[in-house]
Amino acid sequence: MNVPILRMLDITKDFSGVRALDGVSLEVARGEVHAICGENGAGKSTLMKVLSGVYGHGTYGGVIEFEAEEASFKSINDSEARGIVIIHQELALSPYLSIAENIFLGNERARIGIVDWNRTNLEASALLARVGLRESPATPVLQLGVGKQQLVEIAKALSKRVKLLILDEPTAALNDEDSEHLLNLLEHLREQGVTSIIISHKLKEILSIADRVTVIRDGKSIETIDMHGPDATEGRIIRSMVGRELTSMFPPRKAEIGEEIFRVENWTVYHPIDHTRRVVDDASFYVRAGEIVGFAGLMGAGRTELAMSIFGRLYGRNISGTVFKHGKPIDVRTVEAAIANGLAYATEDRKRYGLNLIGNITVNVSAAALSKLARWGVIDRHREYKVAESYRERMNIKAPGVDTITGKLSGGNQQKVVLSKWIFSGPDILILDEPTRGIDVGAKYEIYGIINELAAQGKAVIVISSELPELLGLSDRIYAISEGRITGEVPREEADQEVLMHYMTAGKD
Amino acid sequence: MSTDTTLRPTPKAAPRKAAINLRQYGLLAALVIIVALFQFLTNGRLLMPGNVNNLIQQNAYVLILAIGMVIVIVAGHIDLSVGSVVAMVGAVTAIAMNNWGLPWWAAVILGLLLGAVIGAWQGFWIAFVEIPAFIVTLAGMLLFRGLTLVLLTGGTIAGLPAPFTAIGAGWLPPVFGEVAKKDSLTLLIGIVASAALVLQLIRTRKTLKRLDLPREPVTSFSIKAAGAVIGIMALAWLLAGYNGTPIILIILAALILVYTFVLNRTVFGRHIYAMGGNLFAAEMSGVKTKWVNFLIFVNIGVLSGLAGVVSTARAGGAVASAGQNYELDAIAAVFIGGAAVQGGIGTIIGAVIGGLVMGVLNMGLSILSVDAAWQMAIKGLVLLLAVAFDIFNKRRSGGR
Repeated sequence: MNVPILRMLDITKDFSGVRALDGVSLEVARGEVHAICGENGAGKSTLMKVLSGVYGHGTYGGVIEFEAEEASFKSINDSEARGIVIIHQELALSPYLSIAENIFLGNERARIGIVDWNRTNLEASALLARVGLRESPATPVLQLGVGKQQLVEIAKALSKRVKLLILDEPTAALNDEDSEHLLNLLEHLREQGVTSIIISHKLKEILSIADRVTVIRDGKSIETIDMHGPDATEGRIIRSMVGRELTSMFPPRKAEIGEEIFRVENWTVYHPIDHTRRVVDDASFYVRAGEIVGFAGLMGAGRTELAMSIFGRLYGRNISGTVFKHGKPIDVRTVEAAIANGLAYATEDRKRYGLNLIGNITVNVSAAALSKLARWGVIDRHREYKVAESYRERMNIKAPGVDTITGKLSGGNQQKVVLSKWIFSGPDILILDEPTRGIDVGAKYEIYGIINELAAQGKAVIVISSELPELLGLSDRIYAISEGRITGEVPREEADQEVLMHYMTAGKD
Repeated sequence: MSTDTTLRPTPKAAPRKAAINLRQYGLLAALVIIVALFQFLTNGRLLMPGNVNNLIQQNAYVLILAIGMVIVIVAGHIDLSVGSVVAMVGAVTAIAMNNWGLPWWAAVILGLLLGAVIGAWQGFWIAFVEIPAFIVTLAGMLLFRGLTLVLLTGGTIAGLPAPFTAIGAGWLPPVFGEVAKKDSLTLLIGIVASAALVLQLIRTRKTLKRLDLPREPVTSFSIKAAGAVIGIMALAWLLAGYNGTPIILIILAALILVYTFVLNRTVFGRHIYAMGGNLFAAEMSGVKTKWVNFLIFVNIGVLSGLAGVVSTARAGGAVASAGQNYELDAIAAVFIGGAAVQGGIGTIIGAVIGGLVMGVLNMGLSILSVDAAWQMAIKGLVLLLAVAFDIFNKRRSGGR
């Protein structure tokens, strides 16, 4: 390898006296895909913000060399001018503008302030072809799925003549197909000489695409592993990330399965806008006490829609079917009734639907079961505090106190708050939708432990997940969904990724 | 993601010192500074007993509306119609007394009921039809102003009964006579209020101690309690030297207590904050968001009705132009009082202090005989600066 495109030497960054980065060094070779791994809160995002000038020159310690020149970016504009583009986990596209307008936003193809639409659309088409997105440049972005939006972001980066592309968790919200397309694209760009840095929790992806991996732990760079060498294994990276060997990704568990608690029969849900489309089609399933049941399906298969339509009809219209608890039909037509009948649903998007991010841990934990803490509509705040405090200890929520605002917690700890909220509501049936999305390895292990404990208490647990290894590691039984229909039911012993994938891709006959 | 490395597990909650709410104290300090400034500029005329009395009676309507408005704003809405509702309720109560011969108390009840009906009307469109409150109350602003003009085509209605006007411009009767030329009832109310406040503070502190919950240090606690007592007694002393306790002050005190309790201690109040913080999350936690929205607007309807009664009583008659720009005063008070435009943040006491800041400005500038046009310009700048200061503060403290 010749002169590296980027060298970050001994970077330190303090936040009001607390060290977030403590002497991190990173070297990225020209034309490679360089992955950065680390648990949430390890400092990966902070490092990328230092690199892209979000934290400007002078607010951090250490030296950044870009293309063998010392760089002192004062803002994101400075780094973009040099060809460094960062694509954040939360995409930053304007939904009502077209693809072409988004690509050239802030960088318009214009003459004396007047947009040259022909040039805009022509160049946009060329960029779309480069990223392999077959859409008209005039399509409004809101009509695209997340995967395609991601591609628009990359096209936008390419329009800025990107030399170093930084992707923060690019596949976190993508299904397998879109993820694969994105990874292929990165390889393609590598051939065209674009260097990329990719931050990801998905080690499989890293193994398949990265040339080298730098691991960051507790604000320090631990090591850089050559992925073409003998050390290129998942276990090796995990060991480096957590600083210890994880013997298993899943805590041990002995399932004690009892009577059937929950049953759904002939559940059919129509799309809220397209009234002819069946999003859930005649689904029937059951869960027993102490059982963990997985729901596998590709993105858009209808897993979340199934859960949300059951839980207080939060999704869909013309819903038909029956929900039974202990063999008796129950009312789940409103969220309130569903909660009162012992259901709990932890959403997949905890920031948007799960938490009051400007509220503290206490008010979030009590939110779904305030009536338990109140008499005549007046809240017993001392008891509320004690309850929140007990969950903070029990769930090992890492925060200075229960008056910490949840928006300031890491993803894993936020998820623990969401789980606390639902456990405190005292449910018999818990539906957990992507319970470990965007959560680091250590916290995942803890969440799995919590799920096992809930099952051990005799609750019926439903886990919806896009990660098949997670479902295989957790569940006693797995249902596969495809195009709104339950296409398979597989007991743990018979389940493997191939079998599930077979059912998950089983289309309508 | 970046700062959570700082959060270390604290396995057992050590008795921590409660974080003092600097924002609220800052606001109080700002009020004190503004009072002191005008006291100096007006050569001591601002805090003359008569002026203090007028400050309360003249600004009662803003404070009442601000209490309703802060709830609406915390829930993530806005209400532009309150000024028109004030005018319409004023007109109807005046007509009820003078034309229909209703007794004053029946007219007041009618006024409050009318407020509730108007609130239910707007709440219906906002909560159940899901039209944004901005639109619904903008329509209401025109609708109710128009109806008021229709009602008052005969012109102003004046000559309202004395018990009615006393609500806005009267005082408690001097039932205990005078002590050293001061109304003893007012002094007594001051003493009772101070004692009740101190007792309540001590009781809360004891509970916190018993439950081993974080509490503020003794010194700041004592300073706070002493400051509150001095404030209350100074107010009582000034009012006792004038005409005694304005009836409206009792109403205001009751409203502040009740609504603070509702927002801080009840499930309903918690639901309002939860909806303002994250509407989806509240909905998915089983909050009946539609009904909460509906009740919020019924509530501000009733409070607008009360403000209508109070301002009509204070003016001694109903005019079609009553209540103009009241919505803007109330909204300004709420934002000066630290509420967030996106909802989820705001307190009753903040809104009341915000209202008082505006009131003191009004009065001080009037005493200084500053032109009304300039007064308006200055108030606009104060609103802008107050919110700018707030945002600056939040950024510095690293909040969101």
